[in-house]
Amino acid sequence: MPATAAEGAPSDDQHGPDRPGSHGAGTGARVTDLRVALTGSGIDVVDDIDLVLEPGEIVGLVGESGSGKTTVGTALLAYSRAGARITQGAVDIDGHDLLRLDLGAVRAMRGRRVAYVPQDPGAALNPAIRIGRQMVELLELAKEGSAADRLARARAGLAEVGLPGDEEFLARYPHQLSGGQVQRVALAMAFLPRPKVLVLDEPTTGLDVTTQNLVLRTVKDLCAAHDVAALYVTHDLAVVANLADRVAVMYAGRIAEIGPREEIFARPAHPYTRALLDAIPHLSSARALAGIPGSTPGPGRRPQGCRFHDRCAYATDECARVDPPPETVGPAHVVRCLHHAELPPWSIDTGDIADTAPSAQRDVVLRVEHLDVFYGRTQVVFDVNVDLARAEVLAFVGESGSGKTTTARAIGGLSRQWTGRVELGGHELARGARGRSAADRKRIQYIFQNPYLSLNPRLTIEQIVTRPMELFGIAKGKAATDRAVELLDAVALGPTVLTYRTNRLSGGERQRVAIARALAAEPDVLVCDEITSALDVSVQGSIVALLDRLKRERGISMLFVTHNLALVRSIADRVQVLQRGRVVEQGFVVEVMENPQEDYTKTLLANTPTLR
Amino acid sequence: MTALLPYLRSRRFVVGLVVTLAVALLAVTGPSFAPHGQNDIVGRPFTTDGAFGTDYLGQDVLSRVLAGGRSILLVSLLATILGMVLGVLIGVVAAYAGGWIDEALMRLNDVVLAFPQILLALLVLTAISEPAWWVIVLLVGFSHAPRVARVARGVALGIVPRDFVTAAEALGESRARVLLAEVLPNMTAPLLAEAGLRLTYSIGMVAGIGFLGFATNPGAADWGQMINENRLALLVQPWAVVLPVLVIGVFTIGTNLLADGVAQVAGKGGQ
Repeated sequence: MPATAAEGAPSDDQHGPDRPGSHGAGTGARVTDLRVALTGSGIDVVDDIDLVLEPGEIVGLVGESGSGKTTVGTALLAYSRAGARITQGAVDIDGHDLLRLDLGAVRAMRGRRVAYVPQDPGAALNPAIRIGRQMVELLELAKEGSAADRLARARAGLAEVGLPGDEEFLARYPHQLSGGQVQRVALAMAFLPRPKVLVLDEPTTGLDVTTQNLVLRTVKDLCAAHDVAALYVTHDLAVVANLADRVAVMYAGRIAEIGPREEIFARPAHPYTRALLDAIPHLSSARALAGIPGSTPGPGRRPQGCRFHDRCAYATDECARVDPPPETVGPAHVVRCLHHAELPPWSIDTGDIADTAPSAQRDVVLRVEHLDVFYGRTQVVFDVNVDLARAEVLAFVGESGSGKTTTARAIGGLSRQWTGRVELGGHELARGARGRSAADRKRIQYIFQNPYLSLNPRLTIEQIVTRPMELFGIAKGKAATDRAVELLDAVALGPTVLTYRTNRLSGGERQRVAIARALAAEPDVLVCDEITSALDVSVQGSIVALLDRLKRERGISMLFVTHNLALVRSIADRVQVLQRGRVVEQGFVVEVMENPQEDYTKTLLANTPTLR
Repeated sequence: MTALLPYLRSRRFVVGLVVTLAVALLAVTGPSFAPHGQNDIVGRPFTTDGAFGTDYLGQDVLSRVLAGGRSILLVSLLATILGMVLGVLIGVVAAYAGGWIDEALMRLNDVVLAFPQILLALLVLTAISEPAWWVIVLLVGFSHAPRVARVARGVALGIVPRDFVTAAEALGESRARVLLAEVLPNMTAPLLAEAGLRLTYSIGMVAGIGFLGFATNPGAADWGQMINENRLALLVQPWAVVLPVLVIGVFTIGTNLLADGVAQVAGKGGQ
């Protein structure tokens, strides 16, 4: 089918045309020729989606932001978000095509035959109703069993996800649970009415690795125990690598490649899948991470022919003209690429490099001694010591609440509630940025986690990037603009963005602007606070490559705060592992990763999802 | 220019703008095409001669209405600007400074807020024998300030903790520049909406002050004062009261729609 949107004109009929053979799928779920379009313009959000979920099978649906993965996920419940509608196709579950049922019948199916676990379960649970009541209510709605029976099932459901089913727990409100517990309650509720099909929409985003691992194991056990067909929607291939039976990779509203997990990770046949895999850091080895040039096109901006051709390293003229049909390349392995047979062999080890060797000569730039940080009267960071050499990257790793960001903020002068000694180039720094001299402020630059918050939306990129130069007397006027162009070039952005405001840039582009602003001050030390965690993996890959180049070419030292141990292996020279505000282990990355001494580090390493 | 587009698509905003501008234009250019001077005696009091009859002194009502808007609109506008500037300054400084400065400013604010707006104005006006027009501007402006301050502080509280403000501080920008270049530009939409609302209240208050007999120039035409002058003959010659009431009403509806439109567009992310 051609990729044009002409056919998908929205009509009042929500349901697709009658398709022969769309019934009788038995158990599991079968999605046939699904198309979801924007209501106003009729532009496709996703199209030509065929997907089968077998009972007891977990299918990972992987894609970057804007790929349409969540749209496909909710379409399994015959639901589309406001502004979009399902215009074509069939979703067969339990012998019914959900798209052809009336709303009442669909409602009866939702929850009972097909359940949904949202990304943020905290928002899905009613904060004013006790956990036990919410679970029992679900069964009351389904009119199942007696009152005592329902309560017993609620307890059993909680036990299945490893939570206590006692009175005390049932009487809790959602805010009295931890993030992992909330997610497991949401899982228990999804499984309670014994659904045949389960859609999980990034249910572990925002959870610590240990908790994430626990939730993933629970999902896997429950799906196997109850013969549930599950669709696991995520942006993280590493998560899927340990969980799914089959993997579907989505790009720009299409399934680019689908196949058994081992096939996808051992013999990826689509250049996009390969590029994604190349962008993911490994725990077992350092990698030269590569990003994918350009960005994922949104609905209405998708190119003709193969949708990936404009970012593909192997694209030919043909790719721009011909829409690649799905081709079977192995057992149950289907790919949409004209040149899949001609691609060079690929290995998961591609891009592996040697870990940075411990160097004897270290020219220490930043020294932190006995740093204690407080929130009001509570001490949150205890006796942290740091020495950072020129052109060295030191990673702070830990789970949320470990104090890694707090430490970084204290060093960067963003908080003043700390004691201890921070020395930069041999002289001591004041606590807050305002107390430091301009020369000191210039030498340490801080890059924030969320580029959507760290750039003023009312300023142009030129104003944002030239400001530090004016402030520190590095350049002004025309000279500053020229330097801004150079810096933007260094972060792989063209001079056209100078006049833009941030709302015209993607997340990755914004983060590049934030890096350019930091570089504009010509710093010696960059403090990077989780700067890739809000970005897609392909963007993360290119940002990491950029930082590595800056380190080598400009001799900039970095404090790299992250929760991702795999990322540490690829970017950092040394690492400090933090737990509850204390450094529990530190050393060269290769030593800590290969031979961890502390139980906490071992647990973190064991729970980090990774391909290798 | 493109920033204005979403506003022009809002019907509320466009209707409000047209009504407001029309009444303002009438008030500014009215005297030049009025049939009589504002203090000309054209006949006996409370007759129905002319388009809208005569008032308590036998002056032409239409002419007086056309002449009586200029001062009230100007005073209201200036008072609104003064109130906005003062209020935004207090609110933004309180939100940015936080801590005890915030507490002190806002508690003082609450004290002033506890008095009805008009009462504060009257308190001063009764003490002054012949108040100049700028005294009314000051009084109305000052009485707006604490109300504006509350709104401005609320908006600023949502912006101050954002990372770009922290980033500016880490660079060592001066506090004034952080406020003016980073915080304030992100507050324009809600503040514009507030300004429209304040303009509405200003007109009501200035008209009210006129009605209570504290007009800046007792002899001159003034919408508020006209209502007071002619209310005794409301049943005999209603136009002398109804006409100024109507223009005041229409104008406040206009400014209100304007404010609503701005708030609506801003709510949709027009900024």
